Amino acid sequence: MSALVELQGFTLERGGQCILRDISLAIAPGEKLALVGPSGAGKSSLLGEIHRRLGEAAALCPQQLGLVDALSVYHNIYMAQLQRRNSLLNLWNLFFPLAGPLREVEELSQPLGLAALLRRPVAGLSGGERQRVALARACYAQRETFLGDEPVSSLDPEQGGELLDRVNAAHRTAVVALHNPALALAHFDRVIGLRGGELAFDRPAASLTAAQLADFYRGGSGWQA
Amino acid sequence: MSLTGFWRERPNLSRALLFAALALVSLPFLDIELHRPDPWQELGRIGLGLLQPRWDDAASLAQAVLYTLAFAFCAVTLAVAAGGVLALFYHRWPVRVACAATRAVHELFWGLLFMQFFGLSALTGVLAIALPFSGIFARVFADIFAEQSTLPRQVIAPGRVSLSALCYTTLAQAWPQLTSYLRYRFECALRSSAILGFIGLPTVGFHLESAFRQGDYAEAACLLWVFYVMIATLRWWLDRRLIPLYCLIAFFVLPPSPPVSVSLLGEFVTRDIWPLALREGDYIGALAWYAQEVTRVVLPAAAYTVMLSLVALAAAGVVVLFLFPIASRVCVGRLAIAGHALLVFVRSTPELLLAFVFLLLVGPSALPAILALAIHNGGLVSYLTAREADRLPLRADHAHGINLWAYELVPRLFPRMFALLLYRWEVMMRESAILGILGVATLGFYVDSAFAQFRMDRAFLLIAATALLNIAADAVSQRVNRGLRFEADALARDC
Repeated sequence: MSALVELQGFTLERGGQCILRDISLAIAPGEKLALVGPSGAGKSSLLGEIHRRLGEAAALCPQQLGLVDALSVYHNIYMAQLQRRNSLLNLWNLFFPLAGPLREVEELSQPLGLAALLRRPVAGLSGGERQRVALARACYAQRETFLGDEPVSSLDPEQGGELLDRVNAAHRTAVVALHNPALALAHFDRVIGLRGGELAFDRPAASLTAAQLADFYRGGSGWQA
Repeated sequence: MSLTGFWRERPNLSRALLFAALALVSLPFLDIELHRPDPWQELGRIGLGLLQPRWDDAASLAQAVLYTLAFAFCAVTLAVAAGGVLALFYHRWPVRVACAATRAVHELFWGLLFMQFFGLSALTGVLAIALPFSGIFARVFADIFAEQSTLPRQVIAPGRVSLSALCYTTLAQAWPQLTSYLRYRFECALRSSAILGFIGLPTVGFHLESAFRQGDYAEAACLLWVFYVMIATLRWWLDRRLIPLYCLIAFFVLPPSPPVSVSLLGEFVTRDIWPLALREGDYIGALAWYAQEVTRVVLPAAAYTVMLSLVALAAAGVVVLFLFPIASRVCVGRLAIAGHALLVFVRSTPELLLAFVFLLLVGPSALPAILALAIHNGGLVSYLTAREADRLPLRADHAHGINLWAYELVPRLFPRMFALLLYRWEVMMRESAILGILGVATLGFYVDSAFAQFRMDRAFLLIAATALLNIAADAVSQRVNRGLRFEADALARDC
């Protein structure tokens, strides 16, 4: 099967600094892939490049969330489908939520624990709640591929894992940058390690242990063992 | 969720709706009829004139420009000196009150007052600008000084106030902020100076008014273009090193002033501005006169002024919502440069002049005043909002077109847009009063007619009432956001 995204010797420079160096990787449809590595390793930049290549085919959940504080939770989730609907209908929906989308968003937000918050402006939400809104928005885009940049970093590991499972179930392919090694091993079938803009390893999750990953984060090379 | 909770969580939206409701309620009380049925033909002629500027008498044009510059230079020099000294004593309440009172009276009203005893002289023009500007400078300088760290001064001269310590520390620290603020204020002074022509002083405004009134739009356009060029090129010719020279020249260029008659001035202050009853010692009669004037003239005129400013504020809000995208790169891409130029153009045109042109187009009513205030202030806030829009961090997958505007830009920018507009509301109120000079039934109309009828007592009372109204509006807008004032002024300078 042909790859969804294929990078060969990809290098990214910004402001004279090398952010990604000589990255080669191919992502096949159906893969669930975790990107791990210390902050500044280039995870977000790699995700950005993948998003650029996939374009409309991928749903994005960026690290900064990009929510609009003044709008309600419902509107923030609805925004994922702005492009699909008539602009005038979108304007109408700002003041009088459309029945169809409202029902869909309600269904979607039920398991995320957001159903009671739909009419609240995002500004008043906690960090964890905001993160769940961003996840709901990405899911509402209903794309084949999910690209997430630390989408569950503000949630407790148990809830985070549960949400990652949901996201994985809702998308054929998922590429997620994670900070938590345990989540990467438990919920993904392939793990890519980045360090200093370079690809450190690219292995099936089953072949890695939590201890190896923890050592990788500390700067060691235990994963090679 | 309860309905009150819904509004409590959306404070900006509910406040904006409150102001919109106030504007709607005010609307039926204002005369907004179209007195000229076909403004488009006249507008076409003005447009044509703008494209074919012409001036037959180069000498008189040059003289008007020189006078405009000279008034502005002399006034700003005086005001900087006075404001600088006052700023040092700004913590004393009498100074604060005096400054608030001088800046609460518009330049044109000061001009009308001074004209009564100095005549149409250079002194009238310079003082009319210098006095309110001194009050403004005193406060802004005091604010800027207060922002500076006091540590360097304590190190140099602990516990003592000395001039040299002040110059070497606080003044030196505040210097960049002061100079950039002064540059902006000088531009304001140029506008004020030009506008003083509308009450007869020999500046650009005088020729503009007569050219427009005679329908000689080519000539009016020439003056306008000269004025725009003057403001647009400010940053090149207003060189720091040349300013002392300019000021020196300005003092010699000023039109001649007749000798000041102290007795006339004394008479004005002690007799003319007080009602007859008060002069004769009849305090009950004076009180009755004041009560009558307040209920018959002052309150209705003040109410009309406030209502007009509210409608103008709402209209400016609508202008901003739809105008800011034209100068924002995320909305229109490279075309934003053209939009930006248009906004600068709109912003550089004094409200009074805009209102005057609209008056010619649609006839005398509140409509030209509302249009002028909405366009001028809406243009300014649009510029600042567009700038903010281009700084917003947007997601890689953000929407485009109307969706971007409705779901990302407006919701994110609204709090700031609203705060800036409320800040401008104070300015709109001042200007609404002054637009009465053109015949709109605001306070300025009654001031102007009182002066025309030599009813100095009534004129003085009306001006005092206008000042009180402005001070009240100032207090309201200060409560909204204090920090925004300086920021908006400083940003506006860069347009």
